[in-house]
Amino acid sequence: MSVAGQNRANGSDVLVDEPVKESARSPIEPSGSTLCRRRRLKVAHPERCIGCLSCMFACSRINTGHASLERSAIKIRTQGGIEGDPYVVVCHDCQDPSCVRACPAGALCRRPEGGVEFKRDLCTGCGECTKACLVGAISLDCEGKAVKCRHCGACVAFCPHAVLRLEDVPASPGPR
Amino acid sequence: MILVGDDMLRRVLFIDLSKEESWVEERDRLFETWLGGTGVATQLLLEECPSGADPLSPQAPIVLAIGPLNSLFPAITKTVAQFKSPLTGELGESYAGGRLAMAMRFAGHEAIVIKGRAQRPCYISIADESVRIRDASSIWGISAVRAGVILRDVEAGVGRRSIIRIGPAGERQVRYASVTVDTYRHFGRLGLGAVFGSKNLKALVVSGTEDVVLPEPRRYREVYNRLYRQVVRTDAMEKYHDIGTPININVLNQQQALPTRNFQSTTFDQADSISGETLADHYLFRRVSCAHCPIGCIHIAMLKTAFTPHHEFEVQKVGYDFELIYSLGTNLGISTPEGLLQLIETCERLGLDAISAGVALAWATEAQEKGLISEKDTLGIALRWDDVPGYVKALENLAATASDFYADLARGVEHAQGRYGGADFAMALGKNEVAGYHTGPASILGQTVGVRHSHLDNAGYSIDQKAAKKRMDPADMVAQIIREDDSRGVYNSLVGCLFARGVYSDSNIIDALAAVGISKTSEELASLGRSIFQEKYRFKVREGFDLSGVRFPARFFETVTPLGKLDRSALEEMLAIYRKARGWS
Repeated sequence: MSVAGQNRANGSDVLVDEPVKESARSPIEPSGSTLCRRRRLKVAHPERCIGCLSCMFACSRINTGHASLERSAIKIRTQGGIEGDPYVVVCHDCQDPSCVRACPAGALCRRPEGGVEFKRDLCTGCGECTKACLVGAISLDCEGKAVKCRHCGACVAFCPHAVLRLEDVPASPGPR
Repeated sequence: MILVGDDMLRRVLFIDLSKEESWVEERDRLFETWLGGTGVATQLLLEECPSGADPLSPQAPIVLAIGPLNSLFPAITKTVAQFKSPLTGELGESYAGGRLAMAMRFAGHEAIVIKGRAQRPCYISIADESVRIRDASSIWGISAVRAGVILRDVEAGVGRRSIIRIGPAGERQVRYASVTVDTYRHFGRLGLGAVFGSKNLKALVVSGTEDVVLPEPRRYREVYNRLYRQVVRTDAMEKYHDIGTPININVLNQQQALPTRNFQSTTFDQADSISGETLADHYLFRRVSCAHCPIGCIHIAMLKTAFTPHHEFEVQKVGYDFELIYSLGTNLGISTPEGLLQLIETCERLGLDAISAGVALAWATEAQEKGLISEKDTLGIALRWDDVPGYVKALENLAATASDFYADLARGVEHAQGRYGGADFAMALGKNEVAGYHTGPASILGQTVGVRHSHLDNAGYSIDQKAAKKRMDPADMVAQIIREDDSRGVYNSLVGCLFARGVYSDSNIIDALAAVGISKTSEELASLGRSIFQEKYRFKVREGFDLSGVRFPARFFETVTPLGKLDRSALEEMLAIYRKARGWS
């Protein structure tokens, strides 16, 4: 199995989306500057999650330079401890994002090409977005700022069971 | 926010249950010198445990420690517990995975020391800097499994916390009671559960919201990527994903190394019916993982039992591993997977170390066959190989110390043979019940000299298996045992999972440490490993351990191994070589 290649669990038939080059998506560079198309994160095989949290550590490590659960935009929740089924919470990339409508500070806004942009410096930490998102995909980090997935795919590359996938978003809006 | 590198805070949290107090000490020098994990825990134990203390007295401390790479690199997932063992009376040390290391890291405590004794049953709740000692009277007496369910409901920190707890065996201070960590993982060996019980401590809940700032994020990511790739790619790890450690059942059976019916045989005619392959094909329903480990080696079987003829079922989810299949399976002559899983589940519920419990029952079965103990002793149970209901009842009696005999058995087979006889087949080394390998002399010697008398101290079984392929003289075997003894001291200071040990070579360890701002050379690590070993022996000897007094049960020399029948004098000769090589002769 390669880090971002074939999935060990189901042999050679499923390929994870092409690897995300860390350097190309480094938070040092402006987000989206190297993208020529829009992609979004999808939980392709939630039932295959083993609860290792590698995705959460990848998200915080690659996007913030910290080792942290609180700064991860993807969340692996447990229900009933590790005896229960782990479940994966990711941003749904809504067509009409309730988080954007809830944000009173203009920190969350729609991009013209679709998707949501998060301006961390504008975030006041009011938490309205976390209440608006029923999925639970937005949280506040330990500095009180929102943690919002930008669909960069860092987590995809570090999922050992191909639970996650980056998919292309169709040019014309369509149902998810 | 926790920094690593030059500004790293090295915090030790002290909790005194008698005084209901807790405080934090910053111990930079301690961590600088001893790295973390077992290196640091040994020093804290030497400091905090008064010489000659009763292991079950308030004076005897519990030390938990993590290392500098925990939660920062893949498969560095373990926490070490140190204490004075109520089973052996000397060094108690045990390792557990799950989420505890992560929870300690993000709570900001690299070590936790628990002393004293609470007035009534309690549990400790640690959330970041907050430490609360809470009443646990209402959950005293309930199973380790159920205690976890209840605490999950009343405590915060879902998804990032760790809940460790004891069952009835720990409360009754059975000297090989375990501590269950987040379900399916355990501080199993040497009786930490009894030490919890002696402190009136039912459970410990840890959670934190800190995060770790890396001094050089880019370098960290580079080293991380390399190690992650190796962990998920190397063939060395493959066996832990697929069938898991139980793959050894068929392997050892074929090699004539699988302890069966209390080591009376090293082949088991029913081995395949409880093998890793059979369990994986028909009972395995999920594999899960410790926090920050992509391997997912925790194998969970579904045990489905009909309780009426009308398709009504009890479903139990039972974690299994090689050692459990040996101790509660082959070593008790168990021929069915259902029976095996039921015995594992019983130990899980009661909070018993599965290896010691299985070896104790195997000894008792043979002792009863030979008339050394009566059915009166066992409260009417006729212990018989493969008799699952009898063994379940005996385990319950053991955990409840329901008679004088069970109370004796609850002190370990070494103690029990002293009372009832049967020394020749009381399978303990250094007073600790032995692991499931009758591979040859290195396994026996390794467990004898090992710091905690565990097969994982130096993996002597693996040296025997190499010797079966290519002849090795005793001095070579001893040299390899010493090398493992020492190098594992370093790895266990990190505190990594031994399954990933092949990935964490010296050079990878050095790179990973450098990425978090700790500079070490290969020579420094080698020297550290030797020092840690010596410090552990300092504690052992201080508490009365004497290598010249060790007992090799005769059974080891009666039952064939892959290297033929072993010779007592040859083993004693190897021990002499070992002592000389250590400079102890």
